[in-house]
Amino acid sequence: MNWDWNVIIEYFPRLIDGVWLTLELVFFSGLLGLLLAVPLALMRASHNPWLRALPFGYIFFFRGTPLLVQIFLIYYGASQFEVIRESVLWPILREPYWCAIIAFTLNTAAYSAELIRGAIQAIPKGELEAADAFGMSRVLKIRRIVLPRAFGIVLPAYGNELILMLKSSSLASTITLLDITGAARTIIARTYTPLEIFAAAGVLYLLIAAVMIGSFRLLEKRLNRHQHYKMPAELAAVDPRMVD
Amino acid sequence: MKINKLISAVALAAVTTVTSTAALAGDKIRIATEGAYAPFNLINEQGELAGFDVEIAKALCAEMKADCEIVAQDWDGIIPGLMGRKYDAIIASMSVTEERQRVVEFTDRYYSNVLAFVAAEGKELDTSEAGLKGLTVGAQRATIAGQYLEDNLADVVDIKLYDTQDNAYLDLANGRLDALLSDKFPAYDWMRSEDGKGFDFKGEDIDIDDEIAIAIRKGDPLKEKFNAAIKAIVENGTYEKINARYFPFSIY
Repeated sequence: MNWDWNVIIEYFPRLIDGVWLTLELVFFSGLLGLLLAVPLALMRASHNPWLRALPFGYIFFFRGTPLLVQIFLIYYGASQFEVIRESVLWPILREPYWCAIIAFTLNTAAYSAELIRGAIQAIPKGELEAADAFGMSRVLKIRRIVLPRAFGIVLPAYGNELILMLKSSSLASTITLLDITGAARTIIARTYTPLEIFAAAGVLYLLIAAVMIGSFRLLEKRLNRHQHYKMPAELAAVDPRMVD
Repeated sequence: MKINKLISAVALAAVTTVTSTAALAGDKIRIATEGAYAPFNLINEQGELAGFDVEIAKALCAEMKADCEIVAQDWDGIIPGLMGRKYDAIIASMSVTEERQRVVEFTDRYYSNVLAFVAAEGKELDTSEAGLKGLTVGAQRATIAGQYLEDNLADVVDIKLYDTQDNAYLDLANGRLDALLSDKFPAYDWMRSEDGKGFDFKGEDIDIDDEIAIAIRKGDPLKEKFNAAIKAIVENGTYEKINARYFPFSIY
């Protein structure tokens, strides 16, 4: 096995181009997905059974089918219908970029909606009772209590979801996009050095993931700062055994 | 106890690996093809590998009196799979190129390929550089056509590379692509199918001196055997018979 550094150096700029596309895909679909997930989560956590049932089919489909199938259905499937090819949506749907964003957005929104629903339902009852005691309207309660608290609770799980999203974005390479994986595969098609190029691509994903993990940790520290408990020093003075 | 089990499992795995390597070195020849490149290699309605490449492979094996197994393998992993000894030969309409020759060895050719542009029948398509400027042109990734686009037209057209030829056809049919650069013979076959109706070759064929051959690992003695067998089936008319089932003209 001879390891070829030159091929990594020579094609590195093309991998970096791929990094930008990967970041764009993750950022936009993450953002749009979150915007879509919040109302869905509120519906899922609602006490009205009809409202609760409404997003069920959507969430069930997108959590229950592989992302690759969803991408293919949107990119190759939708374009089979003349109605769609002649509709006003075609300029968007003909672009692989937007098809990827749509597929990733719908997919991550389905997962995030369930995460946020769980978080909403995990808010201690007392806090909601307190909001009611203050006479807050339902909207005000959602805005001031439910959502901020739910975001704090959901953060670790949502960070996980975004990292999964980062890795799933490699499927964009199957619809002609040159994200990190797409660029890597195109380079390998020419150089036949899968080990070197995929290793380089893997390192790039790791770096992006590391930055994401770090940012989420900071965000968590900030949003959940009221939750950090450190034993007061006075307690140790009362009973030194409590320190160990 | 647990550790003992683990050790014996590892040992067993090691033994299995050794035997399977030994099996590869025996009489059985494992041949990989893609299975998504009609009419050369495809998976037919019965779910079996079929097509020109597969028939040639079988004819060669019969000529060599060898026991062969033909397996399907995705295109962009097909050379790594050969290097990783998952199989011993690739008969998958693979062009002989300098880059590939750096990692694998090729037999003599078993057919010759030209490239051609494909677009909708009524569409005026000037295949000169000036005529193609600004158009979206597709090809399959990791193919001669894809490489030709990248080498010669990268700054002229918007290149889209597909995992399979079938996906490229889909995007040509739905209008995402203005034109497709493809190996000529499979495109000829596609145009005769229901999906390919209404499409035609445009401009001159691009003859890139492209020979299609069998890829094997470097230094593998299979090369001589395959070469002798190719020569034999061309001379005894078997090749011509297979050729005639697919194309009304010779592709050798």
